[in-house]
Amino acid sequence: METQAFQKIYTRITSITKATCSLKAAGVGYEELAVINGKLAQVVKVIGDEVTLQVFGGTEGIPTDAEVVFYGKPPSLKVSDELSGRFFNSFGLPIDDGPEVEGEEREIGGPTVNPVRRQQPSELIATGIAGIDLNNTLVSGQKIPFFADPDQPYNQVMAMVALRAKADKIILGGMGLTNDDYLFFKNVFDQAGALDRIVSFVNSTEDPPVERLLVPDMALTAAEYFAVDKNQDVLVLLTDMTLYADALAIVSNRMDQIPSKDSMPGSLYSDLARIYEKAVQFPEGGSITIVAVTTLSGGDITHSIPDNTGYITEGQLFLRKDTDIGKVIVDPFRSLSRLKQLVIGKKTREDHPSVMNTAVRLFADASNAKTKLENGFDLTDYDERSLEFAKEYSRKLLAIDVNIDIDEMLDTGWKLFNKFFTKAEAGIKENLVEKYWPEEEGLEQKKSGKEKEEPTEA
Amino acid sequence: MEEKVSTKGKVKSIIANLVIVEVDGPVSQNEICYIKLQETDLMAEVIKVSGNTAYVQVFESTRSLSINTEVEFTAHMLEVTLGPGLLSKNYDGLQNDLNTMEGIFLKKGEYTKALDESKKWDFKPLVKEHDQVEAGSWLGEVDENHQPHRIMVPFKMQGTYKVKSIKGEGAYTVKDTIAVISDTEGNEFPITMTQTWPVKVPIRVYNNKPRPYRLLETGVRTIDTLNPITEGGTGFIPGPFGSGKTVLQHALSKQAEADIVIVAACGERANEVVELFTEFPELDDPRTGRKLMERTTIIANTSNMPVAAREASVYTAMTLAEYYRQMGLKVLLLADSTSRWAQALREMSNRMEELPGPDAYPMDLTAIIASFYARAGYVYLNNDKTGSITFIGTVSPAGGNLKEPVTEATKKAARCFYALSQQRADSKRYPAIDPIDSYSKYLEYDEVKEYMNENIDEKWTDNIETVKDILIRGREASEQIDILGDDGVPIDYHIAYWKSEIIDFVILQQDAFDDIDASTPIDRQKYMLHKILTICHTNFEFESFEDTAEYFKRIINELKQMNYSEFESDKFKNHEEQLEKIIEERKVD
Ligand SMILES: Nc1ncnc2c1ncn2[C@@H]1O[C@H](COP(=O)(O)OP(=O)(O)OP(=O)(O)O)[C@@H](O)[C@H]1O
Ligand SMILES: [Mg+2]
Repeated sequence: METQAFQKIYTRITSITKATCSLKAAGVGYEELAVINGKLAQVVKVIGDEVTLQVFGGTEGIPTDAEVVFYGKPPSLKVSDELSGRFFNSFGLPIDDGPEVEGEEREIGGPTVNPVRRQQPSELIATGIAGIDLNNTLVSGQKIPFFADPDQPYNQVMAMVALRAKADKIILGGMGLTNDDYLFFKNVFDQAGALDRIVSFVNSTEDPPVERLLVPDMALTAAEYFAVDKNQDVLVLLTDMTLYADALAIVSNRMDQIPSKDSMPGSLYSDLARIYEKAVQFPEGGSITIVAVTTLSGGDITHSIPDNTGYITEGQLFLRKDTDIGKVIVDPFRSLSRLKQLVIGKKTREDHPSVMNTAVRLFADASNAKTKLENGFDLTDYDERSLEFAKEYSRKLLAIDVNIDIDEMLDTGWKLFNKFFTKAEAGIKENLVEKYWPEEEGLEQKKSGKEKEEPTEA
Repeated sequence: MEEKVSTKGKVKSIIANLVIVEVDGPVSQNEICYIKLQETDLMAEVIKVSGNTAYVQVFESTRSLSINTEVEFTAHMLEVTLGPGLLSKNYDGLQNDLNTMEGIFLKKGEYTKALDESKKWDFKPLVKEHDQVEAGSWLGEVDENHQPHRIMVPFKMQGTYKVKSIKGEGAYTVKDTIAVISDTEGNEFPITMTQTWPVKVPIRVYNNKPRPYRLLETGVRTIDTLNPITEGGTGFIPGPFGSGKTVLQHALSKQAEADIVIVAACGERANEVVELFTEFPELDDPRTGRKLMERTTIIANTSNMPVAAREASVYTAMTLAEYYRQMGLKVLLLADSTSRWAQALREMSNRMEELPGPDAYPMDLTAIIASFYARAGYVYLNNDKTGSITFIGTVSPAGGNLKEPVTEATKKAARCFYALSQQRADSKRYPAIDPIDSYSKYLEYDEVKEYMNENIDEKWTDNIETVKDILIRGREASEQIDILGDDGVPIDYHIAYWKSEIIDFVILQQDAFDDIDASTPIDRQKYMLHKILTICHTNFEFESFEDTAEYFKRIINELKQMNYSEFESDKFKNHEEQLEKIIEERKVD
């Protein structure tokens, strides 16, 4: 960005911390952009005539007589269809050797959608992964993170979800992305022939951490352009939001704010909500869906970052390795899609809610049986059966490499119930049992063969 | 009110939404001011004064604001406008009507009128000339969505007055004068159908506030049957994320036996409010057959809206509730989540560099929460009619740990505690209210016990005790089984456990998304409770523990099918017959 006539230039910095610089300046607007010694910065505090700037690139090497130029406007992005297929850094500048994008300049981190102008989300997003579609169905306009330990293949699963989701645009916001992961995304999108539907804003591990504070807003400003101006369904991928929150903590720490839990700023909830709440279904048809990644440390979800995220997002998807089958599954206990009610049994077959709930309940019985086993107790016949059920359920439905449609998932569910349980044990609403309980011989028949008569349901 | 020269000021510092203003005249705590940012006015509230500097929290984003911008003070606190037309409205935390705002995105500094000033209301007078009146006296009424909306002497008016003139029956707008009243010195005051009131001040124009004693039916079994709340009572629902706070509150807002429901969405998800916007105009109020939206007002200050307005939103909601209470109505006020309000307080206190209390919350958090809950209650108005505000708030404890400041402070203030358990939610035992940890202090009130025993069943409170005992015994038995193994304990332990499971599956668990199961009227709760207690008091015989699980699952299945069937329908009765047969199989005397 070049200097223009109306811009104010200062050269006397009064104090410098690792992430901020202060100086005396007049007529500066709150949240305005500036450049210090060639590095972008933003106004975060004004006390009298002293202005404090957050320096995105870090303050290393900034001298007290550095040149400070104010831009008179908050950070912005030029939006147009030219964004498609392009890769940008945190400031929205191309990193793919392509030309600068021409278009309308929009402030990032713009206003909120009036809640009465929102539409209730109602379009199912099918991913083929049963751990998602069956148990934690995604809906367009939803915001949902993967909670995953750093060693889990979250970026792979996310890329898979993104490509199968049939979105008009996929916007990748990468924060602290390793170069390998960046290339991974680039490759899979390329191989899927989807590059022209993708816009990426990437802050890599090589870039200064504070820069990544701009990434979500950049990505969402682009998303709003396509969703509002072009009525498109836009899927925004934000990875990794834990690194974003860490950057927030760095800045607030440098500004001497009193930290709340886990050294995070007291405003963490509001800061994250501002981003995630950009997910929306517009009445005119466009939508923004946010799928994010929040990495955990040691699976701890009570840490401030996942905890605050959980309170904001519409559920969460947990990845976990199921050692019984040796595969990564979507954990049915801790995962949840809050918006699934809006589509299951409505956009999908009527038995969807019942099959989902019953399977999860039986899976819970299996985990109780497992605890018994670990504690050295004998198992009942029911325990044994639930353990067997759990394995098949895990393999055929929960594993992330399953790719089938929802009706097939439901049919698989009924088959497993029939194979391992009686109707009473399954405890599903009668009218559904009548309609969907498989004909083929199952446990019920085997049991009634050898035991006294099974009281039938009316 | 006397005219004052309004105080002006200039912006001196900006730290996010905290702005420090140098003022040229008097300002008062909580006074509202407007910061003149270019062509938009940003509304702000004074939260601290020191010499000629006022600290104000801005209800908007302060982006682009600069030093020396002018500020105008209004000489009044944050107020709401009260009058007919509040029902069915969707407001933000500052009572701006969201529906009359333009565009898809909220515009900074756009403020809209709370009431429709052109609509005409059919007014009926309730007083005559020369009648003596005071603040809160009912002068007349209009029909607001089939509710008698009383037009009252403004709450701000002190002393007694005489009605000088009163309009006859007819149609008037909220701005028309419907009465003139005069004080003892003969000063005359024209009265319209609207008045304003500062949200942070409780409306206290009532005679007395006795202990609440009437049961408030909610249709949620684990509340009504186990830990009932009263009309005018207070309760709170703490729970980790995803444990079902919002679903439970939505259920209460749909089913509870209230005349007016005010829902404050305070710093939570916009999509959840959209659910209310979408459903309430469609859903029928089970008691009146009219649409739920007709009796509801929604205050939507979602998490992405400005933090200071979030703080105001719960007060706005409470003031609207108090207004309807003054009309002798039963108001249910729900706030989701009060933790977000506390966090808004924390953010401000942080920016003001106040000495922090536990977890960086302000030191006086407990007092703030207590005085808010104290605004609920059952009151005798000055005309001997009664009105009530039942308040239920949710709490979102950090890390799901109930030993955190907001939960602890609220526990001191609220009388019912509905603790949502992560474990129950994980195993999809919804609503996830822990039946043993939760409590209703109202069960200790003699007048409440008396009321329930008279109005529901003479043994009702004894039965509640019995149910809780069975649950506790069941939990103990299950712990023993876990320690000693299935065959390490007598069969009786298994039976005790399964009897508690019947209560869990059939009374506690309730499917909020099933048309029939979602709401259970008290008569039906009574019937089912009786049925279940009879089973629990029955002796059964088993040869081995293995048979218990299978047998009781069949019993539970029939009972659940009953829950899913229309009460007393053929289907219901069929399952009941099946149930009786199953019971006979193993019953011993
Ligand atoms: N009574 C119920 N019946 C069926 N499902 C329920 C019930 N209560 C909760 N759920 C399920 O749990 C999910 C989460 O519930 P809810 O949104 O009320 O949680 P919450 O406690 O408000 O969470 P947060 O603190 O994050 O707002 C719902 O989307 C729904 O799937
Ligand atoms: Mg909630």
